[in-house]
Parts: sequence; C-alpha cells; structure tokens
Amino acid sequence: MPGKNSIFLRLVLVITLCSSLIFAVTLGYNYYRSRVILEKELEGNARNLALSLVNRVETELTSVAKITEGVARALETGRYSEEELLSLIRTTVEKTPEIYGSGVAFEPFAFKAEARLYAPYYYRDKGKIAFCRLEDSYKFVPYPDWDWYQIPKALGKTEWSEPYFDEGAGNVTMSTCSVPFYGVIGGAKRLKGIVTADISLDTLTQLISSSKILQTGYAALLSRNGMVLAHPLKDAIMNETFFSIAEARNDPALRELGKKMIRGESGFILYTSLVGVRSWMYYTPVQSAGWTIAVVFPEKELLANVRSLSITMASMGLVGILLLTLAVVFIARSITQPLRSLAAATHLVASGKFDLELPSVRSNDEVGVLSRDFQVMTESLKQYIKNLTETTAAKERIQSELNVATDIQASLLPRLFPAFPHRPEFDIFASMDPAKEVGGDFYDFFFIDDNNLCFLIADVAGKGVPAALYMMVTKTLLKSEAQRLGEPGQILSCVNNILAADNDTCMFATVFCAILDTRTGVVRYANAGHNPPLIIDSQGTRYMTPKSGFVLGPMEDLIFDPEQFTLQPGDTLFLYTDGVTEAINCADELYGERQLLAALQNGPREKLAEMVHHIRVDVKRHANGAPQSDDVTMLAIKYRGV
Amino acid sequence: MAMFKREYRVLTTCCVILLLCSIGDRVTGGEVPLKKASLMPLWSPQAQFAGYYVALDKGIYARHGIDLTILKAGPGQSPIQSLKDGQADFAVLWLTTALQHRSADMKLVNLAQMVQRSSLLLISKKSSGIKTIKDMNGKQVGLWSGDLSILPRLLFANNGVTVFEVPQSHTVNLFLRGGVDVTSAMWYNEYHTILNSGVDREELNIVALHKQGMNFPEDGLYTLDERLRKDPALAEAFVSASLEGWCTAFNHPDEALEIVIKYMRDAKVPANRVHQKWMLDRMWDLIMPDPSQGSPGLLKEQDYEAVGTALKQEGLIQNYPDYSSFTGRTHAWKK
Repeated sequence: MPGKNSIFLRLVLVITLCSSLIFAVTLGYNYYRSRVILEKELEGNARNLALSLVNRVETELTSVAKITEGVARALETGRYSEEELLSLIRTTVEKTPEIYGSGVAFEPFAFKAEARLYAPYYYRDKGKIAFCRLEDSYKFVPYPDWDWYQIPKALGKTEWSEPYFDEGAGNVTMSTCSVPFYGVIGGAKRLKGIVTADISLDTLTQLISSSKILQTGYAALLSRNGMVLAHPLKDAIMNETFFSIAEARNDPALRELGKKMIRGESGFILYTSLVGVRSWMYYTPVQSAGWTIAVVFPEKELLANVRSLSITMASMGLVGILLLTLAVVFIARSITQPLRSLAAATHLVASGKFDLELPSVRSNDEVGVLSRDFQVMTESLKQYIKNLTETTAAKERIQSELNVATDIQASLLPRLFPAFPHRPEFDIFASMDPAKEVGGDFYDFFFIDDNNLCFLIADVAGKGVPAALYMMVTKTLLKSEAQRLGEPGQILSCVNNILAADNDTCMFATVFCAILDTRTGVVRYANAGHNPPLIIDSQGTRYMTPKSGFVLGPMEDLIFDPEQFTLQPGDTLFLYTDGVTEAINCADELYGERQLLAALQNGPREKLAEMVHHIRVDVKRHANGAPQSDDVTMLAIKYRGV
Repeated sequence: MAMFKREYRVLTTCCVILLLCSIGDRVTGGEVPLKKASLMPLWSPQAQFAGYYVALDKGIYARHGIDLTILKAGPGQSPIQSLKDGQADFAVLWLTTALQHRSADMKLVNLAQMVQRSSLLLISKKSSGIKTIKDMNGKQVGLWSGDLSILPRLLFANNGVTVFEVPQSHTVNLFLRGGVDVTSAMWYNEYHTILNSGVDREELNIVALHKQGMNFPEDGLYTLDERLRKDPALAEAFVSASLEGWCTAFNHPDEALEIVIKYMRDAKVPANRVHQKWMLDRMWDLIMPDPSQGSPGLLKEQDYEAVGTALKQEGLIQNYPDYSSFTGRTHAWKK
C-alpha cells in the first residue's frame, strides 16, 4: 500500500492546503479592506452627523446671543424707564422660545441711585412667564459674584457660561449668554450691567441624546471645562468632567483626548468609550460656547455587517474547499487507481513474469498510453528474450566447437617437453596462451634432416577462428616447405607465394624462421616482419638485429634474405610474439621490449621452461588483471654443443 | 515606601486612639441612655468632614454614648450662628473665625484642632509669569469673602503687595476663562477642580500659603464654654468619637467615600467620587501630623500664639485668651 509519499495523498493535501491558504488570505484581505472602506465612509458620516448637531446647537446659541446682544445695544443707545426695561425683557422671553429666561443685571447703583443692586429677571415657569428680582432671589451669593456676571464683566465680551444649576432664580440647569453693556459717565466708557439670556440645558441635551446612532452608539456634549452635559452615563451629567473620569480610570490618554476636545480641536479616533466599548468617535467644537459635541459609533456594531459577510464567505469557502477536496480525491483516485494496478502488474513483470496480461485501461490519457506502452514493452521483452535464448544456444554450440578447436590447435603445436630427449646438443621449450579460445600465434620445431632443426615462431594478423584457420594453413605450408627446401629465405618466399595467391581476405602473418645445425651451432634464419628475437650468450642478453622483411600473405614474389650466426654452446635464443611486448595494463602501458630484456637478464637462464614461465609471470604481473588482448607465444632454444 | 510609612503612622496613631476610646467606653458604660447632641460642619457634606459622617454612620458616636445629629450646612447656614442660637452643640470652625468671635465676647472653646495647617493656595497660570506673592502686585486676584481671605491679605500686607481683589464665587471659572490672574483655591477642593477642568499641574504656578512663613490651622471642633461646663464628659466623648471616625475613614477610605457620597446625595449635592477621594487623601495630609509633632486633634500652642499675634497686629481682634483657656484646659476635662 502506498504510504505518506503517495501521489494521491500529496495531491489531496497540497491542493486542499493551497486553496485553503489562498482563500484565507483573500478573506482576510477582504475583511481588512472592507473595514478600511467602512471606516473611511464612517468618518464622513460621523463628521456630517456631528456637524449637523453642532449646526443645530450653534443656530440656537447664535440666535439667542444675537437677541441678547440686541438688547444690550438697545440699552446702550436708548434711555429706558423701569417699565420700558421690564417690558423689553419680558417681550424678549415671550418671543423667543429658545430663551428660558432673560434679565438685565446692573452694576451697583447704575440703574438708580437709591438701590445698590438691581436685576429684573423673567423666566418660564410651568408654561407662564414668571418674574423675580435677582438681588432678592439669590440669598447667599449676590448676583455680581456669579460667573455669568463676573466673567463677561472681566472679559468685556459676550460669554456663554459654564452650565450651572440656577438655584434661587431659574431653578433649572442652564447656560447663560451674558452680554456686557456700557454707558458713558463723565466722558469715560463704564460698564452699566450685563444682559443675560438663559437656555435650558435639558432642551439642548435632549436634542443631543435623541440622536440615534446604530444600536448603542450615542452623541455626547461636553462643556468648556470638559463637564459631561449629555451622555448615556446619566450619573456623570453635571457631575463628572472628562478629566475626573480619566483620573478615576487612571487613563492619561483619556485626559489628553479631553484636552484636545476642550481646546476646540476636531478629530476622528478609535478609543474605548466612557461606557467601556471600543468605538469610533468624531468630536468637533461648538464654537460660540466652547463646547464639544462627540458622536460615538461602537466598532462592533459598525463591523457587524462586515463580520457577518465574512462569516458567510468563510462558510461558503469552507464548503467550496470541501467540494474541491472531494473533486481532487476523485480525480486523484482516477489517476492513481490504474497507476496502482499497473504498478502491481509491472511488479510481477519485474520479477520476470512476462506472460502476465496487464490490466486494460480504457482512458486515452497519459496513464492509458503508459499502460499500452507497457503492454508493448512486455511483448518486445518476450521477443527479445526468445531471441536471446536462441542466440545463447547458438553461442553455446559455437563455444563447444571452439573448445574442440582449441584442443585441436593445441595438439597441432608440439607440446611435449623435452621434445628431443635423445638430442643433448640443444634444449628447446615453447608455450602459447591464446587470447581467445583459438589463437593466431603458433610456433613449431622439427628436424628437416638428422642435423638441422627448423624452429619458427609466427603471428597471424587477427585472432580467433579466422586467424586459427590461417595459422593452420601457414603452419602446414611452413612445415612442408621447410622439409622440401631446407633454406629459411626460400621457405618464406615459397610459403608467401602460396598464401598470397588466393588471399582475398588480405590476411597476413609475421614469421621468424630459423634452422639450427646441431653439429656446429650455426643458425640460418629469415624474418618476415616478426619481432627481433633475443640472444642470451656470454656477452649478455640482447636483441638481435635481423632484417625486418615483409609479412607473409599480402604480396607475391617477395624475397627474404637469409642470414646466419653461430650459437656457442650455452647460448640461448629467445623468440616471442608481439603478445608479449604489447601486453597492456589497465593504464594502457605496454610491457615493452625494455622490460622483456630486463626480465630475461634477471630471470633464470639454465632451464628454458623456467625462463619462459618467468617471462609469462612477469607479463601477467605487468597486466595486473587487465584482460589479455593478444596471444602470448614464446619459444626458447639453448645450444649445448656436440 | 512612603506609602508604607504613612500607613504605619495611621495604624499606630489609631491604636493609641482606640485604646483611649475603650477607656472612655468603660467610663460611660452601656446602660446609660444616649445623650442628644448636634454638630454643624462648615459646609455641605463632603470628604472635608468625612470623619464625622463615618463616625455617625458606623455608630461610633452611639458607642460613645452620643445620639449625634449633623445639621444641614452650606450656603446660608452659619456654624457660628447655630452655636449662638443653641441649635448646634458643636461646630466646625476655622481658628481665625473662632478667635475673632472670641474677641467679640463669644466664649468659644477649641475642643480639637483637625486641620493643622493652612490649605489655601494662590494659583496662577504659568503663562502669567506669577511665581511668588510679590509677583502678584497689581494683579487681579480672586479672594473669597470673610475669614478665608484673612491669611492672603495678611501675606499681601507683609510683602508690601497691593492687588486688585475680585470677589470669588464657588467656581473657578473666572480664573479658567482668564477673568483673574490669580485665584484662591483650597488644596483639597478647588485645586483639584482646576486640574479636572483640563489644566495640567505643569501649566500652573502654585503659591502654598503655609509655606509663606505663617501657619494658620483651619478646621477645628468648637463648642461654647458654658456648654462645656455643663457636660464636659459629652465633649470628651464627642472628640474621641470624632477622632476615631477620622481614623476609621483613613483606614477604610473606600468605605468612607461611600458614606460621604451617600450623605452628599441625601443633601442633593453633586457627588464626584474622584474629587471626594482627592479631598479625603488631602485631609489625611492635613489632619495626620508628623508623629514628632504630637497626636492628631491637638492645637499646638505655638500655632495658636502665632495666629493670635498676627490677628491682633492686623487689628482684626483686640485680644485673645490664653491657650489653656481657649482650649478648655482650665476645666481639666482633658489632660
């Protein structure tokens, strides 16, 4: 069974994982982008919402301030009796629904000389216009010490007061617009008093609180001191400032945010709201009063749609990936199933069962082609093996014939030593190791009469059966011609002519042919292109320098010059074929004539068998396991004298 | 480390006090019916008077044999007047107030001195460049009316400084809007209000009056001499219970804040917990003295003499009684 490396498992795993990864990345990016787009859009929406709230508040504040300033300017330019003044204030309150109450507070003795303080005040009480005198209503703090009086007096300009509970007069939480007005006394501009108009904070905060923002979002209003005026945290209203909340929560960042707000900055931030919810907030100032309006959007609700979309997409993706996995499983199986049965079948084929019928594959895809090719391959293999079997049988037959041929060839060469036990004048020893079963080298020695011993060594070009056949012919010819002619030069010329006459295959042989007169030690010889023999005598061991002569076979009518020299008793003549000197080792280095010479100089001299054997061993040592490429043939003859 | 030291001091002090209290318990006994008594603080409920509200709420006064009522205080209510009228048996007064009325023949006796030093600050914005009293020459300075302005005026006079006095209301808005250069502020109250209106400590220059060479102790517990004569034991029990109340408040600040805020809500006063916590913490600083300077609740003779001399020099009082008479020691109700 295929393990964890199987194509099936890898296909399913890789495709499923890759598609999951791609999907997850896409989904994540989509979520992130949607969020960014949503936030960008939200900033615009939040700004618009906040600005529309600011606009409504500002419109109210500005209209009240304008009316108040109008009254102040009127008091500066005209002279008003007490009655007219009261009527002016009352009308102002009556005609302006935004104004909760209005009054004119005079500087000490500024209205009339007999009264130190004078401050008439009209306000709404249960749907009616009520009246009171502030100098009487404020029991504990006289009106000139109230913020709404002191601050515009000190600053000399219209001021909206920090919201306060007007205990004693209005008795509601309000903010007062105060406008100082002046008169000229003794040529100098002097403050005469403060005109005030109050707005009830309730109406204003209702406007803010009624803004519906998502499910739990809200709008909030902060005063110039950071006092909470409108907020879902009811307990904080008119009791906590943004800064006291920051202190209670030990949150310096919240304090910094509050400072930005009361400085009149605008901003859009993600923060943890006062109700403890991660939210986006846009804050912007209400310029005329120095207040801040903030709209707060809980992030969770804002992202609810993106989140639900993402969840839907995720579940769709999950189902998709599941389907994809199933499809991959199906396809992978359809590919690997035939492959698996093919593998099982080829496993048997690999173990040699070529007759097995491979499973048929109907599909036309790569697996089908592979399956069919396998079918063809087993057929071819079967055919090949059949041929191989036949060839091997034929080869075996040839081999056995060759073995017989080797025996025959061996039996053709004189192999019994000592060859002439009754002739003490000389010793002779020879050997031939063919490179293949039958060789092209040969040697021979025989008496042509009682005293003349012919000995020769030859090398037929090529090896194997053709060389052996040629050798047979050459050997037979040489022996018969030698016995007929008795002269080496003539023998070679004659044999050459016979060989060359019908030499279509252009075969040839090198021959060194010599005749020893056993009585005198004179050796007559002729050379047909063969390697020069070595002579071992009292002067040492050395190569002879016979005339080279042309090889036997290719051309007719060749003349081989006879030469001669005399062996002294104890001298040895060593003949060899190029199989000795051209024996190569694994590094393709030849054994060479120099090594042969050295081996002969250092080797045994007395016993010829030992000498030849020594050279054979030395050549083998040189070859060092490299296969023998040519027949190795040697012949040694030692003259001992009569 | 500093915190640890401070806690340690509170605990040791309180152990001493509780020991005293247990002795008092044995003296008063359990079967005696509770004596009715009343206290008027200087102002509406806030942590400045946490000790009294805690002692009342935790039944410490009852344990000392007193059925105490804390009277409504604040705008329109005068502790002096209530003492005079017999409406209150005890009142919280500043030392300067008490000395002025004593000089005007009202026989006030200091039973205990709670706030050991002046907590008044003169605050300006750093941008105005006012760093010292001398820098305030010719500047607009917000001052409260009455006794609260005695010490600042004294310091201005001593430094040869003339300021434009602007009457200061209950808010610091005039200062915040830039209507005055300098504002008066109590360390435990208005100073914190300024901070929580978005002004950082680093933006302010603060002149603490107790560092200007004159120590004016503030809140003390007072009664009339004749009332003390009538029932010295009640006065003793009241002081013990009040000190124990403060001790309890400092040892359990969260609980104390809950109690104070409860009384604030009852009195329909806006109750800002952070602000009250600040106030309670500062009261700790003002009430619990350095152990080397005696136990809490004690008016130091040298402080008394210094304030008396200063007020006399300024012509605010004709005369002042000797220390033992002012603190009621002549009656030997306490050693």
